[in-house]
Amino acid sequence: MRREGSPWQGLGVVTLKELSDHLVSARMRVLEWLIVLIALAAVYGAIQQIRSVTAEDPFLFLRLFTTSRQPLPSFVAFLGFLVPLMAIGLGFDAVNGEHSRRTLSRILSQPIYRDALLFGKFLAGLGIIAISMICLWLLVIGLGLIMLGVPPGTEEMARALIFLAVTIVYGGVWLALAMLFSVIFRSAATAALVTLGLWLFLSVIWPALAPAIAVALVSPEHQAAMVVTAQMLARLSPATLYGECVLALLDPTTRTLGPVYLSQLQGAVMGAPLSLWDSVMVAWPQIVGMVAASIVLFVAGYVGFQRQEVRA
Amino acid sequence: MTDTVVEAKALTKRYGAAHAVSGVTFDVAAGEIFGLLGPNGAGKTTTILMLLGLSDISAGQARVFGHDPMRDPLAVKRLVGYLPDSVGFYDNITAADNLHYTARLMRLAADERAERIAAALDRVGLSKFANQKVGTFSRGMRQRLGLAEIVMKQARVAILDEPTNGLDPQASVELLELIRSLKEQGVSILLSSHLLDRVQSVCDRVALFNAGRIVLMGTVAELGRQVLGGGYAVEVEADGGDGIAQRLLALPGVRGVGQPGPGRFRMTCDRDLRGEAAASVVAAGGRLKQLSLDQPSLETIYTRYFQHAQEVPDAA
Repeated sequence: MRREGSPWQGLGVVTLKELSDHLVSARMRVLEWLIVLIALAAVYGAIQQIRSVTAEDPFLFLRLFTTSRQPLPSFVAFLGFLVPLMAIGLGFDAVNGEHSRRTLSRILSQPIYRDALLFGKFLAGLGIIAISMICLWLLVIGLGLIMLGVPPGTEEMARALIFLAVTIVYGGVWLALAMLFSVIFRSAATAALVTLGLWLFLSVIWPALAPAIAVALVSPEHQAAMVVTAQMLARLSPATLYGECVLALLDPTTRTLGPVYLSQLQGAVMGAPLSLWDSVMVAWPQIVGMVAASIVLFVAGYVGFQRQEVRA
Repeated sequence: MTDTVVEAKALTKRYGAAHAVSGVTFDVAAGEIFGLLGPNGAGKTTTILMLLGLSDISAGQARVFGHDPMRDPLAVKRLVGYLPDSVGFYDNITAADNLHYTARLMRLAADERAERIAAALDRVGLSKFANQKVGTFSRGMRQRLGLAEIVMKQARVAILDEPTNGLDPQASVELLELIRSLKEQGVSILLSSHLLDRVQSVCDRVALFNAGRIVLMGTVAELGRQVLGGGYAVEVEADGGDGIAQRLLALPGVRGVGQPGPGRFRMTCDRDLRGEAAASVVAAGGRLKQLSLDQPSLETIYTRYFQHAQEVPDAA
């Protein structure tokens, strides 16, 4: 049966309300400080390292993001770990929170569809991630300018901007996952635990587990097939996808993310950087993969939410 | 009282093989207070959610001002105000801000919003607390804030689910007063409850739910006649006199006379026979001490009905 009226009605209102809720919440404060402090520490370490080691590098500025100094990991490694934490923090009680506050039926008895409520919450969460990441990005760039004293080139800025966009998309994947679990589990604590568990599994355990599974699946004679299988399996984790994207974007010498065959190296100048366009092409499947993952997860949450009974 | 505002025809809700609501038919006329009564789990809330388009209808149809809640829920929700069972608000923002949010969802214009919110809060007696966070509110205040939302919406039908549930007697009397005043403004009201005596005082008509069906429907007096048999019960207390019981029994319209205690008689009759009874007692030489008419209470009807339903399992 066709419904009448627009599913977008009330979307803006819900989005603004959720945005303002996030912006004043204590949870947000904690996450912001956590990310800012850790990220700045990583960048500071990177700057020290760059000063002492690097002599000439056409992409010096991008080193800010990728260089690490023991014991701290690099800025991008931190983001790969912390952006999911932030997204989960924003999304784990999106729907079940409305249930437990008993506000859901009252809000849904206003002239809006459920679509607007769910999508508004997603947009608000994504907005918060975007705002935080842009601020962080500007901070890092500013810090780099002051402490390195080298202005970034146009291509470097373009790469850094695409990296920013990819990071926001990466946050969207985890936000959609957290919201899916907030629909499935009635208790916010359960939803948070399950999402965090999955996050740890996918970002820490899965990359190590994938080669082991590949060994079990593919016979040892086919070395290449085994490597490819392991890589395919590992790419089921958004953390792997993000890591590969970042590698291709921030390190222009990355020619491919898969195994390299000798035939592909014919005529290649080793160590020569790729053009921006080529780098984006290398990362393109990963970017599409992340966008697709967030859409699939959001749709799963949407279907679950539509079928759910309103009453507590 | 001619227009029908809410109409349910053979409304049915199935969860798998289980029927939460089966074949419920009723209608609410403009300006009346209609009560859905019954034990918890009888299907009252499910019925309400189907009327609002918040729950899918398995079979049958519902109309609210002629709109189908399945097809055009937004039109229904624009006209109907809903106060859910133990309503919740966002605790971290003020009462006024909570209303501002729903007002925006209703698409009220900015200048109209502030005005309507102030008026609505004033109406339910919460103006003093407008800028207090809802987290500090008592249950009764939350219910009143819920009513304020309906007032602000200028809803033409208010659907109230267990509005007095969990309130202390004072708070629930105040809430029922508010509900009555809504009715005086021409708002039709559909309310559900399992607290019978409270509801009896406000409802024009009631429908008695049991196990997903409406088992009885009508005004309280009608239900009394249906369930309790004789419509009226007159209690007579008298001293002395001879054969008062026989004299009372001989009156036209009396079905039976019982004697609950010495000098006390209880007549079951078709109409109000207080005058005749008094005359009989006096004629028998007795001294009349007390004379009263028992209004059938919903409580009695309800208890009696379910006792009966249990004795005769197929009665429902």
